[in-house]
Amino acid sequence: MILTTLEGVPGQTIMEHYGLVQGSTIRAKHIGKDIMAGFKNIVGGELKGYTELLQESRKEAIDRMVEQATKLGANAVVNIRFATSSVAQGAAELFAYGTAVKVES
Amino acid sequence: MDALVQILFFFVLLILGYFSGRYFEKLHYKSILERENRTLNIPIVNFGAKQSFTNAQEAALFVGSVVISIDYFKMISAALRNLVGGRVTVYESLLDRGRREALLRMKEDAIKWGANQILNVRLETATIGGRSGNNSGPGSIEVIAYGTGVK
Repeated sequence: MILTTLEGVPGQTIMEHYGLVQGSTIRAKHIGKDIMAGFKNIVGGELKGYTELLQESRKEAIDRMVEQATKLGANAVVNIRFATSSVAQGAAELFAYGTAVKVES
Repeated sequence: MDALVQILFFFVLLILGYFSGRYFEKLHYKSILERENRTLNIPIVNFGAKQSFTNAQEAALFVGSVVISIDYFKMISAALRNLVGGRVTVYESLLDRGRREALLRMKEDAIKWGANQILNVRLETATIGGRSGNNSGPGSIEVIAYGTGVK
């Protein structure tokens, strides 16, 4: 599966469009990490636990999008965008979407 | 007595936040500058969707993300700034650090893969609420930088 933020895949032409595919995850803060984050809020700096959490959920969102694209028979997802939104107190949504296409060189 | 302890505690946090925050920021900026210089040879551009790149053979998505927190001193000074209005300079450096760090992580990933250019880069910023309990202002921000590496 080829993933790009471009409107096509370099060196290949788009043969077929399958429409929009998307994947999202909603993650909540973890109590143990929250305590560490509370401490980090005093001294400042990177919240490694949250960075990992963000990376995991980003991977999950991409995986879900790819799964959807695979089901449609696509071999690439182009013009991918990410979006985030907070849905509830302490929980945030990470959302990935793109266009599933079939490309051939 | 209780109030005195509380006030003392507040000042200890303030001083701790001031010095550690400054220290971590300095350290972070040093590492950012050093890594930026090292990865200067790979251009990052935020166009490229419309052009056709005939010289590129392969493309892949690269994402860099970071969650970064403000320190106690800056949080208080930003809260005070809220009273009088104006530029909140203490948050500016936080956002700047976050964005540059996210871009660098994306870049480093792409370089490992062997990219010679990163096209159509987008940045996405979200705030995570402050400390649990009182949600006053952004306690920390998360930044996602993503783009397409080509080779």
